[in-house]
Amino acid sequence: MAELNAYIATETIEGADDGPLSGKRVAVKDNISTDGVETTCGSAMLEGYVPPYDATVVQRLKQAGATIPGKTNMDEFGMGTTTETSAYGAVENPVAEGHVPGGSSGGSAAVVAAGEADMALGSDTGGSIRCPAAFCGVVGIKPTYGLVSRYGLIAYANSLEQIGPIAPTVEEAAELLEIIAGPDDRDGTTRDARDHGTDYDFAAAADGDVDGLSIGVPTELLDGADEAVVETFWDAIADLEAQGASYHEVALPSVEHAVEAYYVIAMSEASSNLARFDGVRYGQSGGDGNWNESFAQSREQGFGEEVKRRVLLGTYALSAGYHDKYYKKAQDARAWVKQDFDEALTDADVLASPTMPVPPMERGESLDDPLTMYLADANTTPVNLANLPAISVPAGETDDGLPVGLQLVGPAFGEQTIIRAGSALA
Amino acid sequence: MSDNAVEAEEVGHIADLARIDLDEAEVERFTEQFGEILAAFEALDEVPEVDREADLTNVMRPDEVREGLSQAEALQNAPDSEAGQFKGPKVS
Repeated sequence: MAELNAYIATETIEGADDGPLSGKRVAVKDNISTDGVETTCGSAMLEGYVPPYDATVVQRLKQAGATIPGKTNMDEFGMGTTTETSAYGAVENPVAEGHVPGGSSGGSAAVVAAGEADMALGSDTGGSIRCPAAFCGVVGIKPTYGLVSRYGLIAYANSLEQIGPIAPTVEEAAELLEIIAGPDDRDGTTRDARDHGTDYDFAAAADGDVDGLSIGVPTELLDGADEAVVETFWDAIADLEAQGASYHEVALPSVEHAVEAYYVIAMSEASSNLARFDGVRYGQSGGDGNWNESFAQSREQGFGEEVKRRVLLGTYALSAGYHDKYYKKAQDARAWVKQDFDEALTDADVLASPTMPVPPMERGESLDDPLTMYLADANTTPVNLANLPAISVPAGETDDGLPVGLQLVGPAFGEQTIIRAGSALA
Repeated sequence: MSDNAVEAEEVGHIADLARIDLDEAEVERFTEQFGEILAAFEALDEVPEVDREADLTNVMRPDEVREGLSQAEALQNAPDSEAGQFKGPKVS
């Protein structure tokens, strides 16, 4: 097989001798801090940056006995849908040669699909776990906001992102989620699932029992999707029906505005979060000159084009005179999306859609047209806006042999429901 | 579309605010792309005002001293340091 370029670093980190993940190789996305091992976020800005501490999820992997075989390639700071914005080169899709692996956790999905790791951690701000899982034919879970600690995750848009598992099967993804989930006093946004009427027995929920499961299908998320993707989606729904589930169509008018709302909020948060990269405490020095000149030079050299684009657009959306027009409206849209999902989930156990409206793009065709790339996130971004859990499971392939993912969205802390439903397919 | 046209000077101003130097080619590309992207964001005008759920609560913990990074650890990634402190460019 051609070189995937899925790892940025392959330094092995050994976990405890014994534990539920002993003998398992769990790759870690390169925006998750590893004590003593370079963590770049796919950016030239952080080339050579070595965190002095572990992210909470890495600590938990090590305690569980996992071996971390390396840090996986990703879109720079998580900003991309194809893993082509990485400063360390693009990643090949191991199951669809010549196509992108999806992004931004493209390296994590690729190593799992290629068998170079047993499982992997990704992070999902607007679909960055589910998209690459769908494009590489593996399983990915974006947990409920607050289920998994973000301590040590280098922030892109902190009100939207969660760390989550990628694995070949739903059961293995659920096993990994069990290890990393749970409150953390180093992340004030974590919540205890036990305070929300449930527990952490995720793996046991992967029993494939969908008898009586009620599936809502938001028609807005099928409109405009690629025909071959829609066809594969309905085949997967038919498969679930044959196992005892039923479906009905639901309307989610708010999701028509989700992509715009997502990008305004994510870019605004990014413009603030990435202000820390000044070339003084870490990053590449901007050289001589006064503070502003040095800062601006460090960031010109250290950031790639997509990162610059998002930081600038976020700065614009938050600037005087535009805040109400963009940021405030985006927050209204976020609240509306949340209400729509909550309402639809009173009549359905899960909501189903294609994970991505298109099959994996060919490599090299997306970078020149950022808006088209943003619109590919139409089905995944609403879930982050609503803080809900979602899983992407392989639904099948197009006639051209390209993988298609099925996304199942559940209520807050409804991980067991989406795991159970997903496990009927993978 | 003309409503959303973005001028090159505007891109330059925003780049100043964001403290990111841009070369000429970047300014040219961004000027064109921002017009298109901001036009798409314009659709947010159609979003109704929504009552946001007021279920936010402060998360507090006792302010207790606990182990943190050592000075050496905190400085290990700095391009430049002096006498145990970060060394930055001159302020003015």
